[in-house]
Amino acid sequence: MSVKTLTIDGKMMTGVEGDTVFTVAFHNQVQIPRLCHLGGIPDVGACRMCLVEVEGRSKLSASCMTTIEEGMVVRTDTETLREYRKLLMELLLAEGNHVCSVCVSNGNCELQALAAYLGVDHVRVPYRHPRREVDLSHERFGLDHNRCIACTRCVRTCDEVEGAHVWDMAGRGEKLHLVADLGEPWGDSENCTKCGKCVQVCPTGALFTKGSAVGEMEKDRSFLKYIVYGRERHQWVKKP
Amino acid sequence: MSAKVKLATVWLGGCSGCHMSFLDLDERLIELAAKVELCLSPLVDTKFKDFPDVDVTLVEGAVANVEHVEMLHTIRARSKLVIAFGDCAVSGNITAMRNTFTVDEVMNRAYRETVAVVKGVPVGDDLVPKLLAKVKPLHELVTIDHYLQGCPPSADRIWELVTALLDGRAPKLERRFG
Repeated sequence: MSVKTLTIDGKMMTGVEGDTVFTVAFHNQVQIPRLCHLGGIPDVGACRMCLVEVEGRSKLSASCMTTIEEGMVVRTDTETLREYRKLLMELLLAEGNHVCSVCVSNGNCELQALAAYLGVDHVRVPYRHPRREVDLSHERFGLDHNRCIACTRCVRTCDEVEGAHVWDMAGRGEKLHLVADLGEPWGDSENCTKCGKCVQVCPTGALFTKGSAVGEMEKDRSFLKYIVYGRERHQWVKKP
Repeated sequence: MSAKVKLATVWLGGCSGCHMSFLDLDERLIELAAKVELCLSPLVDTKFKDFPDVDVTLVEGAVANVEHVEMLHTIRARSKLVIAFGDCAVSGNITAMRNTFTVDEVMNRAYRETVAVVKGVPVGDDLVPKLLAKVKPLHELVTIDHYLQGCPPSADRIWELVTALLDGRAPKLERRFG
């Protein structure tokens, strides 16, 4: 394992070969906005929120998918990046039907919080208002496709952590959507263990516990931290 | 003493909740009344038959029918500042949830599939303004000067925006969306 040194936002930082720019920045208290990244599961670069400028590269790079290189110079917070992130957020908000006022996750939503953080006060592109379904076939949980941003945290968590691989993405472009097993109603999935990890990692109100009313769905990600750090620290029993 | 600031509030495609929140200004309304002339509002009687020339207009609700379109263009032409007042005005919000359906589907659900005194969709006269195919937020039609988020915006947020405009300073509003 070789150590690499790079500059992020004017500060010298070091990481191990194979580390991503996002991870090194994170461990050095540089918070890069993100939606699809979740510590403990593999990155896919789906949301593009963590775009950064790398000196010598003409294109912007998703920091969660960019491995560090010796002497790399990275900027995570410039006027260009702020404007791109803002527009990305507006595109996400216009793409689905994110009506915060009637959402189970209103007030506890990563999409909503990031929109506010990025200074989005209105959406400059026309809203699409696609017709999407709500799957309430599962006995414990619900899936509201209107609020899905296709970050695939649920897909990766179910696969990598629970080992059940219930979720996948189907379709392309505007038809891209989440499917359980081979496209069955969630309640008919034979692989689903009903553990609810997908619900807890979902950044929006797309996956929720049945019976939650507006603003009542608060996600708990502590189990993931426990899985990640528990192994490192040999804590085999979860402490409350 | 200089002339009072002319204020109007308008209710387009919304539930009036933003106006209820405006009333939640409570005793601050008295302070406001000393500084502004409320020229037109669904809350008050008015001496104006037509939309008057004003300094500031708070517009609640989204643009949902042909009357709203006409009204909004009039408001823009006669107001120095137009404020998107609440989430329906800012994003379409609840009012725009019908956009995933066609107008026919919406009308059938409202007038045929539900319990009604008179069955059938009202058509053939100009009593009820025609619905637009899609509900739109204000800024898709006219230029907006300030966006006030919230469903509804809290009285404190309304107060901060209104007093900031009166004092000629930038409002200090906590960032929020939805």
